[in-house]
This record gives sequence, C-alpha cells and structure tokens, in this order.
Amino acid sequence: MSKKITPEATSRRNFLKKFGISVGGATAVTSLGLLSSCVSDDEEKVPMLTTDGKVINSDKSTLKLNLNEMQKRSREGLSGKKFVMVIDLAKCKNARKCMSACQGAHHLKPEQHHINVLQTENAEGTGFYYQPKPCMQCDNPPCTKVCPVDATFKRKDGIVLIDNERCIGCRFCIAACPYSARVFNWSEPKYYEGDENAIYDMELNVPQKKGTVSKCLFSADRLRIGKLPYCVSACPNGTYWFGDANEDAVTNGTSKETVRLSNLLSDNGAYTLLPELGTKPSVYYLPPKDRMFEYKAGELNYLGEEEPKGHRS
Amino acid sequence: MSENKKQSDEAIMMKIREDILTPMTKFPLSYKIWIGSLLTIIAVAIWGYIIQLQNGLGETGMRDYVSWGVYIASFVFFVATALVGMLISAVVGLVGQKWITPISRIAEMIALAFAMVAGIAIVADMGRPDRILNLFMHGRFQSPIIWDVTVVNLYIFISILLLFLPLLPDLGIIRNHMKKDLPKWQWNLYNILSLGWVGTPGQYKILHSTIRVLLILIVPVAMALHTVTSWLSALTLRAGWDSTIFGPYYVTGAFVAGSGAVLVAMYFIRKAYKLEDYITDFHFDKMGKLMVLVGLVYLYFNINEFIVPGYKMKAADADHIHTLFSLHGEYGVMFWLTQIFGLLLPITLGLFKPFRKPFPMMLIGIAIVIGAWFKRVIIVVPTMIHAYLPIQNVPEEFHHYSPTGLEITVTLGIMAMGILIVSILVKLFPVIPMWEIAEEKGVDIHKDL
Repeated sequence: MSKKITPEATSRRNFLKKFGISVGGATAVTSLGLLSSCVSDDEEKVPMLTTDGKVINSDKSTLKLNLNEMQKRSREGLSGKKFVMVIDLAKCKNARKCMSACQGAHHLKPEQHHINVLQTENAEGTGFYYQPKPCMQCDNPPCTKVCPVDATFKRKDGIVLIDNERCIGCRFCIAACPYSARVFNWSEPKYYEGDENAIYDMELNVPQKKGTVSKCLFSADRLRIGKLPYCVSACPNGTYWFGDANEDAVTNGTSKETVRLSNLLSDNGAYTLLPELGTKPSVYYLPPKDRMFEYKAGELNYLGEEEPKGHRS
Repeated sequence: MSENKKQSDEAIMMKIREDILTPMTKFPLSYKIWIGSLLTIIAVAIWGYIIQLQNGLGETGMRDYVSWGVYIASFVFFVATALVGMLISAVVGLVGQKWITPISRIAEMIALAFAMVAGIAIVADMGRPDRILNLFMHGRFQSPIIWDVTVVNLYIFISILLLFLPLLPDLGIIRNHMKKDLPKWQWNLYNILSLGWVGTPGQYKILHSTIRVLLILIVPVAMALHTVTSWLSALTLRAGWDSTIFGPYYVTGAFVAGSGAVLVAMYFIRKAYKLEDYITDFHFDKMGKLMVLVGLVYLYFNINEFIVPGYKMKAADADHIHTLFSLHGEYGVMFWLTQIFGLLLPITLGLFKPFRKPFPMMLIGIAIVIGAWFKRVIIVVPTMIHAYLPIQNVPEEFHHYSPTGLEITVTLGIMAMGILIVSILVKLFPVIPMWEIAEEKGVDIHKDL
C-alpha cells in the first residue's frame, strides 16, 4: 500500500494536462498537425495556450485528448465497421505469444487473461487441441444487459468495452458471461511506468483500476489507428485472422495475407462457441483438423503450475 | 358504559402496561453484555472492512471464477429472512388468523432490520463502494440490480410504515402513562412519534384501513423483492441457476428462514421480558405448524429444483449436481447437512406436538436459520465453480472458493448489526401491540387509554 499511485497526483504536468489541455483540448488537437510540422521529433517542448490566455511551453507527450473526449469517442466506436476474429485451431501451437502481448499492452497480472489459450477436447477421445479464447464480442452480449450503470456496453462497431471510470465493481457481468471472458482487479493492479500520469484510455483499459472489471477489447485502440490487435500481431503461427465483416475481408496476423471472410468461414466449416446460448459471437473458430503440432499431455500451465485435477476440461 | 366495565377495563390495561412497558425501562446486565458483544463484533468487522477497502476485494476468497461469495449469500439470506414480516402480518393476518397478534410486531422488527442490513451486505461486496451514486446517476433499467435496489427500498419503506403506524396507539399510551418512569429525552421521543394520538373512533378507523391497505400492498412488493433477488442468479446463463422456478423457490425458502428467525426471537424475547402470558405455548404450537407448512412447500420446490436437472444430467448440470449430491463432491457434505438439519428434520419434528413446545421450537429455529444461511451459500457458490469453458492458466485458488477470515468477520459483523437493530427496537418500543391485545380482551379502546 505504500507505493500506491494515484492518477490525481498533483505534478506540474498534471496541472497543465488538467487545465491547459482539458479545456482547450479540442483546439490543441486541431492544431496538432500544424504543431507537428514545425516541431521535429527530438524536441520535447511545444507551445500551448492555457485557460488564462498565456502561452507556455509544455512536454509534447502531454498533447492528449482529455478524459471526457476520450470517453465519448471510445463509447461511440468506429463508424461503418463490424470487427470479427477468426481463430484457426489447426495452427495454434500454444506459443502463448498472444497472451503475453495482451497482458503487456493492457497492464495485466500473469493470472489475468483477456485472452486465454485453453487445452480442450470436444468429446472424450476426440483429441486435445489448443483453443485461444478472447472475449467473443457478442452481438447479443449477456454481460452488458445486466450492468446496472452502463459501464459495459456494445459500440456500433460491435466491440464490447468496459469503462473502469464508471464500473462499481458489482461483478454481475462476470456472473453473466458464459465464456468466463472477464477478469476483476481484486487488488491494486499492476502499474507500469507512466501509468500515474496517464489519462484513462477506455479502448486500452489502461491504467487498470482496483475494484473494477477488465476484459478483452479487440484492441480497440489499435483498430482506431488502423492496426491489427496486439494478440493477432504477436502470433508466430498464423492462428489469427482479423478484419471487418462489412468489408467481408480478414487479414492474417502473421502472414498479413487478406482473404474473403465468407469464403474462409464456409470453406472450413467455421463455428462459434456455445451458439446454443444465443449470444451471437463475433469470434469464429476453424476446426482443429490436420493440426500442425503435437499435443503434449500434462503440460504446465501459463503460470508454470500443474492444472489441478478433478474438474471438466 | 357501566362503571363496572370501566373499572375492569382499567384493570386490564394496567396489567398490560405493567407487563409490556416495564421491561422497556430496565437495562439488566445481561442486556448490556448482549449489546456490548454485538457492538464488539461490529467494531471488529468495521476494522476488517477498512482493510478490505484499502487492499481491495482480494482480501476475500473470491476470485475471477467464483466472483460472488458469502457476501452475496448473506445478502440473499437477509432478504429472505426479511420476508417474514410479510408472511406473518400480511399473508397469515389477512386470512383472519388472530393468533399472530402478539408476534406480528416481532416479525415486523425482524423484517425491517434484516432488509436494512441486506443493503449493507451488498455494499460490502462492491469493488467500488465509493461509486454507489452511479446507480442513480447512470442507472439502467435493463439491469436486475436496479430492480432490486428499487424493490428493496420500497420494501423497507412499507416495512417502516407497517411497524410505525400500528405503534401509534401504543406510543400514545406510553406518552400518557410513562412520563415519570422514562428519561426526559425518551418521553419526548415518544411524545413526538405518537403524532398527537388520542384514540378517537375516527383515528382508529383511519388506522385500521391504512394498515389494511399496507398489508395488501406489501404482499406483491415482498414477492417482487425476493423474486428479483432470485433473478440476479436466474437471469444469467449459468447452468446451476438456469431455472424457471427460482422465484418461488426463493420465496418459499424465505418463509422457512423467516419462520425460524421468528421462533428464535419469540423464545428469547419472551424469556427476557417475562411475557409468558402473551406469547404462550399456543403461539409456539401455531408457529411450529406454520413452519411445517411452509417447509413442506419449500421441500416441494427443492425436489423440483434438483430432480429435474438431476434426471436429465445435461453436461453442465451434471457437474453441478455431482458437486452437491455426491459426498465426495466439493459441496456434498454441506448440501446434505443443510437439507437434513435445515429442512427435513425441522419439518419431521414439527409434525409432533411435543416438539412444538417453546424450547424445542427455539432449537429447531436455530437449526433452520443456520441451515438457511448455508443453503444460500450452496445456491450462490457451486454454480460459479462450474463455468462452461475449462478454468485454466490461473492459480489453484481460482478453482475453489473458501471465505477468508476477514470475509467471515465482516459477514458476522453485518449479521450482528441486524441482530443489534432488532435488540434496540425491542427495547425502544413495546414488543407486543398493547392496544390490539386490549381490543382482543374486550377493552373499549376507542378513547385515550
């Protein structure tokens, strides 16, 4: 508890951020193009206007949107998009690069998974395979329905986000999710350098906050700048395809090859998880046929521990 | 009115006042020790809660998979017990049963106290209690939590009225007769609370019709309260909660829990206040029969709740059923102990008259109340252990749930707070409705008593 970091720390940088930039945030952003043209990369200071009309030089890194504007655009989402993920189970070799990339990006602890690679088999004797499991980004999400304060919601591009500035920590969404996709910050979260001054980014869910829920966001922050999600880019085995259902195109995170989504799904007999529950997932799986790896029984789990026996797998 | 009648009325009233109001003015050592120990438990619990506030809910045994534990189980338990106010006064009272008169106020006090601490249990479970106002600022009516907050508050409001309005004539009696026996502040309190009650026939007419309206109103509100509470579980996709009978299952279970609580309270209040003339063996006998009746209805819902999925054994249900039914299952022993001591034995013993005497009834009541709490744990926790997808890549503690000492301390503190509220209410207000007893004894109450 001694090294508790509060985002409200009153440093000079924060002062500027709160007053100088917050209020004049929109102005600062529109002038961003102009400023960046005259400021070279290694220069740290940029001139800015404070609320009381003074021109000051401030760190370039403070040129960010304020919290309200970030919240607003994060809640809206990207127009005209419907993001989908296709996971090719034949390709997954349990490299777990997706998991570590995800945990690094979202400042998660080792036991907190936005994406989790499970070892599973469809029925007894049908063979084990590795199954990466992100949030299904359901079209009919059971979790958002039960949230009493609209802290978790579905955006127009189909992504289900969580606002940890509003979450009251009742964990009803955790109870409601049949995919166990949500995690909770049971204690002080893992802080990275810079977290204490960072403005909360809902699309990244960083900084994490104690007593609030966190979940997979399809890397909404990366999608906004036209990049593939962290997990998809990190995969060395070509397991992930990601794209836009409206464009009917998905790109492989490893090979960067782009194919038609509808062909990929229908050619391979794709399926979704627990379709009988009516949640309409945006994550599709391609069956683990012709697997490119040897499944090793009794492997240690992600934390280097043996999985406890005596429950369903 | 004849002079004789007037004199006999006055004698009856004198005795009632003597019997019921005297304990209110005395604070024996046993009462002080009782209150002192409750306050101690609450103080320790507050200290525990402060630690939880500082370090987060990680101080509890809850983790990502079993994310609801004994706090939520206790919340359900408190709401269940609070329903007894509605059962005794409204359901049994409205069908014309007269025997409930001396215990209706005890039931109302339990109802109010436990409905209030149910709210505390929920706050203890919140990750961010500092944001509780978000419920009002950003509340979404799709969420069953908002329904629950609404009906809990409505139930508390009606329960306060149902406790307070029938108190008015009694408060009037205290104001008229107790001025010299009470500290000034206390008499002033009763004077204000009696709202100038003088007991004209007109006042009684309004009082009777208002109480009747409230008694009718509280039935749907209480049903809604516990049905919505059951929906917090039943509206999710989880296997063990995916049940259409969860509403009546909860409501009937609540009646059993509440009957147990009333039996215990009746026994100890009667003993402490020497109310043997008012709460008689007859009342224990009647309460025992009522307990058997609601117990049988609850048993019927239990059979439905477990036999139907247990016969079909769908994969997810089968895991759940196995955990509960098999003595080797994680919750097998707890399940059978709870069902036997909390339900089957009370029903069976309650069938026999010797067990419907005060002392055995009190013991059975304690078994019912303890069983009722464990039953709520059994409803809440095992379901969450069985997710649809495998639980992997998490530490061993994520696979199971066992409450920490801190969690149990805070839970006990909340319980102690409920019992404390009841203990204060029975000391502060007449625990038996004097005017109703007088009315039943044929006293002409339509005057300032």
